[in-house]
Amino acid sequence: MSKSMLTIDGLYLTIQNKALLKGIGMDIWEGHIHAIIGPNGAGKSTLVSTIMGLPGYKPEQGKILFLGEDITDMPIYERAKRGLTLAWQEPARFEGLLVEKFILAGAANKSRKRAEEVLKMVGLEADKYLNRAVDKTLSGGERKRIELASIIAMEPKLILLDEPDSGIDIDALEKIFSLLKNLKQEGITIVVITHSLAVLNQADHAFLMCCGKVLDKGNVERIAAYFQNKCIPCTHGKVVDISNEPTLQN
Amino acid sequence: MTETNLAMEMLKSLGINIEHLLVDNVAKIQIHQNKVIGLHLVPGLKVEADELSDGVEAQIIIEKGAKFEKPIHICFGVLPESGLQLIKLHINAQENSNSMILAHCTFPNAKQVKHIMEADIKIDANARYAYFERHVHGPDGGVSVLPHAKIYVGEGAEFSTEFELIKGSAGNINFQYEVNAEARSKTEMNARISGTKNDHIQLHEEAHLVGEYSAGVITSHIALKHNAEAIVENTLVAEGPYSRGHVDCKEIVVGNSQAKAIPIVLVKHPTAHVTHEAAIGSVDIKQLVTLMAHGLTEEQSTDLIIEGLLSKKQNWQTLIEEIR
Repeated sequence: MSKSMLTIDGLYLTIQNKALLKGIGMDIWEGHIHAIIGPNGAGKSTLVSTIMGLPGYKPEQGKILFLGEDITDMPIYERAKRGLTLAWQEPARFEGLLVEKFILAGAANKSRKRAEEVLKMVGLEADKYLNRAVDKTLSGGERKRIELASIIAMEPKLILLDEPDSGIDIDALEKIFSLLKNLKQEGITIVVITHSLAVLNQADHAFLMCCGKVLDKGNVERIAAYFQNKCIPCTHGKVVDISNEPTLQN
Repeated sequence: MTETNLAMEMLKSLGINIEHLLVDNVAKIQIHQNKVIGLHLVPGLKVEADELSDGVEAQIIIEKGAKFEKPIHICFGVLPESGLQLIKLHINAQENSNSMILAHCTFPNAKQVKHIMEADIKIDANARYAYFERHVHGPDGGVSVLPHAKIYVGEGAEFSTEFELIKGSAGNINFQYEVNAEARSKTEMNARISGTKNDHIQLHEEAHLVGEYSAGVITSHIALKHNAEAIVENTLVAEGPYSRGHVDCKEIVVGNSQAKAIPIVLVKHPTAHVTHEAAIGSVDIKQLVTLMAHGLTEEQSTDLIIEGLLSKKQNWQTLIEEIR
């Protein structure tokens, strides 16, 4: 029986009078890849921002438990020190901050060799990147892989990956998929946020979100079929009958 | 204290590995208050120095065609807690010479020190001259640094300067550089300063791109904490045909600090082109949160972001080629 690493219990979040999370509950199992899929505006990125404790994302109700500890009111860096971290959909740029320094900032092992290793893991040549700045001279895809490298260097227990496929070319995406599998083999738990079926198919379990709620959870194939047949047409303006969806009726 | 010991004290106060500065093939000029305490010349370099009542006046000539393997090292210092040092420099980098000056200015114990530099620098045609100024101040500031320079950059010549505070509090810095640049010349002025406590930093860098195809870049990166204040006035005037320039001013303010930037770009020829960017504000929230998600506290994250901003070393040749 898999153990729950992260438990989200009855999470509500309202920003500027708009209810964005409406009683979210989920268990993230240790050592598995989980996908949270849903159309734009479903609340996926809001949920990971809340889990990570970003400024402005303090839930008015509910709890977040990480390895059994209540982290709902904990600062971001304390969550990170416990092994929870986040890779952004669009990573930040840092003028003048070298890739090596960025990677090693939160690394468990702060050696240059480790920085080289993690860059190799994301398919980047250390010689070409370590002495460059994490700035606008790098493409969005390069920054994304560098951020992923920095996260691997932290040796976290759980990684929240917000849209890992955005801004990434097909070759790089294959590398990221293979990396996800390797990380899983090393026992790292992963939560990917996506609206891509290709990313969803990398997961062991899935959650389907819509309108700030979890609509369904469990089998990836079932959720992929639902997403393809109902969510995608819905986002393209087609009226889809969801009156029988129990979660949305609540 | 003997002059040799005084020179060693000044070098030690820099807090860097000084072995490479002590070798014979490095030219050295060491000035403590109003005394020239060390002078070692190499072929191609001429120095004449006169001691004044409150400083030193020196003429430095880099001879025509002279090329130096290593930077010429100048060390200015005032080791006591108080004192005045006036440095009058007349520098001529003659035609086709290639030189780099590394100037350390050290006031490690300053409580009431004033360092004034008045320089005129003439860079003749096709010469390359780079001046890197590194400052060491006391922990509480206690120093007023007033470097004022007028620079002439001849046809096809290249001038670059970099001002960096590597240790201590800025104190009061009033920095004024004015450049006149001839045809096909390249100019870059770069300042990176961190201000804390009650530091007051005033930068005024001005370049006139007079000649055709001349290019210039002025970059100022300032980080302020506590009650520090900064005023940055960068002026770039493009008057030569096809002259190109860029002004970049970035300032991070934390706590009660204040920053003001006044970039002035003036184009006086229809084929000239100048761009500018200025950004002043608190630490970028996304950068901050990214580093905090790596386990760094807010303060550690802020320090790392500032370190990056101040450590950026532009490849000025590339930058100038880029804006051409």
